[in-house]
Amino acid sequence: MAATLPPPRLLPSGDSAITVEFSRNIDDAANRRVLALDRALAADPIAGVTETVPTYRSLLVHYDPVEIDFDKLGEKILARAQRPVPAMTKTRRWRIPVVYGGEHGIDLEDVAKTLNTTPDEIVARHVAGDYRVAMIGFTPGWSYLSGLADSLHMPRRQNPRLLTPAGTISIGGVQTGVQCLAGPSGWHLLGRTAVRTYQLHRDPIFLLEPGDNVTFTPVDAKTFAEQDRAAEAGAFIAEQIAS
Amino acid sequence: MSKLVIASIGPASSVQDGGRPGAQRYGLVPSGAMDRLALAAANTLVGNEPFMAAVEIGPFGAKFTARGGAVRIALTGAPRNADIAGRAVTSDASATLVDGETLTLGFARGGAFSYLAIEGGVIGEPMFGSLAVNARAGLGSPYARPLQSGDELPAKTASGAPERRIELPTATDAPIRIVWGPQDDEFTDETRKLFVDSEWKISATSDRMGYRLEGPILKHLHGHNIVSDGTVNGSLQVPGNGQPIVLMPDRGTSGGYPKIATVISADLGRLAQIPAGHAFRFRAISMAEAQAEARKFAELLRTLPERLRAIESVDLNIDALHDANVAGHAVSAVDAGTWHAVSMVDIAGPD
Repeated sequence: MAATLPPPRLLPSGDSAITVEFSRNIDDAANRRVLALDRALAADPIAGVTETVPTYRSLLVHYDPVEIDFDKLGEKILARAQRPVPAMTKTRRWRIPVVYGGEHGIDLEDVAKTLNTTPDEIVARHVAGDYRVAMIGFTPGWSYLSGLADSLHMPRRQNPRLLTPAGTISIGGVQTGVQCLAGPSGWHLLGRTAVRTYQLHRDPIFLLEPGDNVTFTPVDAKTFAEQDRAAEAGAFIAEQIAS
Repeated sequence: MSKLVIASIGPASSVQDGGRPGAQRYGLVPSGAMDRLALAAANTLVGNEPFMAAVEIGPFGAKFTARGGAVRIALTGAPRNADIAGRAVTSDASATLVDGETLTLGFARGGAFSYLAIEGGVIGEPMFGSLAVNARAGLGSPYARPLQSGDELPAKTASGAPERRIELPTATDAPIRIVWGPQDDEFTDETRKLFVDSEWKISATSDRMGYRLEGPILKHLHGHNIVSDGTVNGSLQVPGNGQPIVLMPDRGTSGGYPKIATVISADLGRLAQIPAGHAFRFRAISMAEAQAEARKFAELLRTLPERLRAIESVDLNIDALHDANVAGHAVSAVDAGTWHAVSMVDIAGPD
């Protein structure tokens, strides 16, 4: 089994980090290997490694070059990366409530038109998905999910918006995501959630972990408003379902 | 307890320390000082740990007034005129403000960021072990945003320890060193050659997130989109317009543009201090060389306390002081007319 896994590419990212690249594309199998290597490094740490950052297709390994050099660290990483991918010992599954359309999802109608269907059908397809947190990046809590139905794939907006609201649920390319903080985005806005994937002074501050499973459940605008107030006070809102 | 009250301060000034690594997997970037050597030197001068929180001051002037007691400070980084109640303050040295005195800083003359360390460090509430300001994430203390006039920094009352200066390595305008990768294979050999053979300038639109570079257009081999992957301080990403952006401590943790090269960690502070509009070059070195430089830099940081010196008594240049008072600008009383700065970072030279 192990022998069939192609070795990842080790790309230098300066003198203090290595990009361990499993694929150049968005690729579910590659992401599983990224998360497996991430777990392997957490379970059996290499001296000198300071931090690991999983992404769709690569694992960024930060290290202290005073402790270990590129070649030695690369060797150790390759050895761990070629072990068979172990099953996830513990998977967390979250149900995240979303208010779709209207002022909360201003692109829902356009997405439906582009894909030659109805807004209700877009919501039904989005809610039917079983997603995995492939990576969290760019800004705190911005969670990129894999598992978007082929029938919802569409190019990003021609002109990215400079400001989209906190809690936006959107689709772009082959991806869907949960955006935590207000910020720029070129994706299509389907709805909003009251769930804060990043919230200071709450324990835990970060709700989702790379590798977690996520499903969405529709709520009406009134429920969203109530949940948003509760979330502001520190409630999780996202429901953790037994794995 | 004393405090430093900010009477005036320009934009791009914030409390920074060694940063808060460890949560990049959640999209939280470490932030921290743009010039780590200057931060560590400032802290060392007032007896602090090297990466304690200090005030990072952008290119504009600033005024700080001590209230409630004396405050001992040290100033490093970008050279600029500085005085306490008319007494010139030397760069790379400590000094004490007695209660009610004001430290006045002029514009940076070469360089971009100065560091004002306070004996005992900036006092605040750490989050993830750091006081560093990251306004986007709502983090930083005592204010989770850039500093403004009227802000107050609580401070330990000055201990009365003798003032010190620190001898730092001589300034250099040598090329900024890089290692290729992680996506140098998204560019042709000619493009990579163009990158290291050309002169670059830092655009005025640069900030703590990234330094935009102006120079020849770098053409991509397969377009400018890649599937997002992780970034580091010093990542040289090349967006669609072919003008590289060096990612700095407030970068996003991931990005979707190819990264042709990465600035070596030992040269990041020197790059951060290049003022907008000044020309510089890059030079590619091997990984082995880059890591040898990283170890040398770590050794320099570790041995900063050995570089502390007593401040000898000097003959004050009374004319210079008089001039300064008349003109409303401070000059060094020790070395009138030239700014006494032994800064690693003044790569632009005197101007």
